[in-house]
Amino acid sequence: MPEHAIEARELTKRFGDFTAVDHISFDVREGEIFGFLGANGAGKTTAMRMLIALSFPTSGSARVAGYDLLKQPEQIKRSIGYMSQRFSLYQDLTVNENIRFYGGIYGLSDNMLATRTRELLQRLGLENEAGQLVGSLPLGWKQKLAFSVAILHRPKIVFLDEPTGGVDPVTRRAFWEMIYEAAASGITVFVTTHYMDEAEYCDRVSIMVDGRIDAMDTPANLKRDFQAASMDEVFLQLARKATRGE
Amino acid sequence: MDRIVVDRITKTYVEGKGKSRKETTALRGVSFSCAEGEIFGLIGPDGAGKTTLFRILTTLILPDGGQARIDGLDIVQDFREIRKRVGYMPGRFSLYQDLTVEENMNLFASIFHTTVEENYHLVKEIYQQIEPFKDRRAGQLSGGMKQKLALSCALIHQPRVLLLDEPTTGVDAVSRKEFWDMLDRLKAQGLTILVSTPYMDEAARCDKVGLIQDGQLFSLDTPQGICDEFTDPLWAVAGPAMYELLQALRRSELVRTAFAFGDSHHVTLADPTREAETALLRWLADQGHPDLQWKRISPTIEDRFMAFSTESHA
Repeated sequence: MPEHAIEARELTKRFGDFTAVDHISFDVREGEIFGFLGANGAGKTTAMRMLIALSFPTSGSARVAGYDLLKQPEQIKRSIGYMSQRFSLYQDLTVNENIRFYGGIYGLSDNMLATRTRELLQRLGLENEAGQLVGSLPLGWKQKLAFSVAILHRPKIVFLDEPTGGVDPVTRRAFWEMIYEAAASGITVFVTTHYMDEAEYCDRVSIMVDGRIDAMDTPANLKRDFQAASMDEVFLQLARKATRGE
Repeated sequence: MDRIVVDRITKTYVEGKGKSRKETTALRGVSFSCAEGEIFGLIGPDGAGKTTLFRILTTLILPDGGQARIDGLDIVQDFREIRKRVGYMPGRFSLYQDLTVEENMNLFASIFHTTVEENYHLVKEIYQQIEPFKDRRAGQLSGGMKQKLALSCALIHQPRVLLLDEPTTGVDAVSRKEFWDMLDRLKAQGLTILVSTPYMDEAARCDKVGLIQDGQLFSLDTPQGICDEFTDPLWAVAGPAMYELLQALRRSELVRTAFAFGDSHHVTLADPTREAETALLRWLADQGHPDLQWKRISPTIEDRFMAFSTESHA
């Protein structure tokens, strides 16, 4: 096992003459909660899509979960979980059907799937809703379910793209407790968010500006270095320097 | 004069028939008012009834009970006239994705029998930021640009009342601040603005705030007034191992509530005395949390919201 869950080296993505991600290098330690911040259009989603092997870099390299991004993209996909910004479960399938579908994709055996489904429903308190269409659940429940499904196959790393957008404060906190639990169980968490209080919950954060990583450290160190009272201030100082539009 | 008056509005949705008939009550008697040149913030979780209220006030659906007036006009009797006077930005991006920025603007202007040229001064400040992309299809715009286009389209017919349903959801911190600066300038021009948001920090920028949950306003006041409703003494505590600290706080019988708030946890005590404070800190030290930063703080709107939501769920 490598010491780092993610190693990105000079990772770059160009679309025509536009450089969306501009030579970014960073390491994410195993079991770490890593916050990947940046303004809309800074290049976060493009960078994340490369790390989950959905898009190839123009140049540079990365190792994710111990696999080479260029040579072993399929192994990477099997070793990670991903919760996309747009809600990723099927609204017109039931809770049970969604779990079975994703379990099937990740190749869980029937036995294992049955056990994990039972555990998952129990942990979320969704036993009575197992037969309901996902579309009929409140947003907060959907998001907790989507996260649980994203780690159903016990991936080494889980990528979360704005998992708490539009969610109320109570549910956001419940969601972050699930993230802490996953991290405590050894899963590395790579998460983007627009809520700066959530940046404080991360072990380390990076802040992207115009396709580059302009700052990367623990929230406490960043606040000290930028002489800021909160991560919100750190973010504003950096993101206001952005020259390119969205 | 009050530009928006909402008086005991109720709404229940009915789905299916016979055995599969299902009723969902979205609004259980909501009342508030909003004066000229005021920003009213409707703050609440998904499913609280915010969007239903917007649809009723924009005359897209009818309430089951109660009344509402926009700019002095009745939402049921005078719906045609109301539609000319309100600008609406729905929560989901609802412009034509396959029309360009400019085509969308022209379409909305022509629907209201005006032109972009005629009312350019109204949208200039916002529209200028996306004008370099006027030939781009709306579907190809980034989140922040879509938001600016939607606001421009909502303003092009010179409305007197703006209804904005979660305009900043999914928008980054810098763009959110810019958006609220724009709202301040529109307010200064005399527009009345009703805006919903899940961001508690935005509540502080409203003149009046209504906290909504399960179809009811449980609090209606100025931002400061809402903070003042939180009367329990409140402390912030921070240390090196925050998650373990939160779990420890929840185990202690001395603690009534403990919630994560960014770089600290906010704590209320079952019995808020100096002795209880000392006992708690000593106990936490025994649990492996010595040298904590512990200080008394003033509550925020989010503290009030958390207290209400968790009490009502318990």
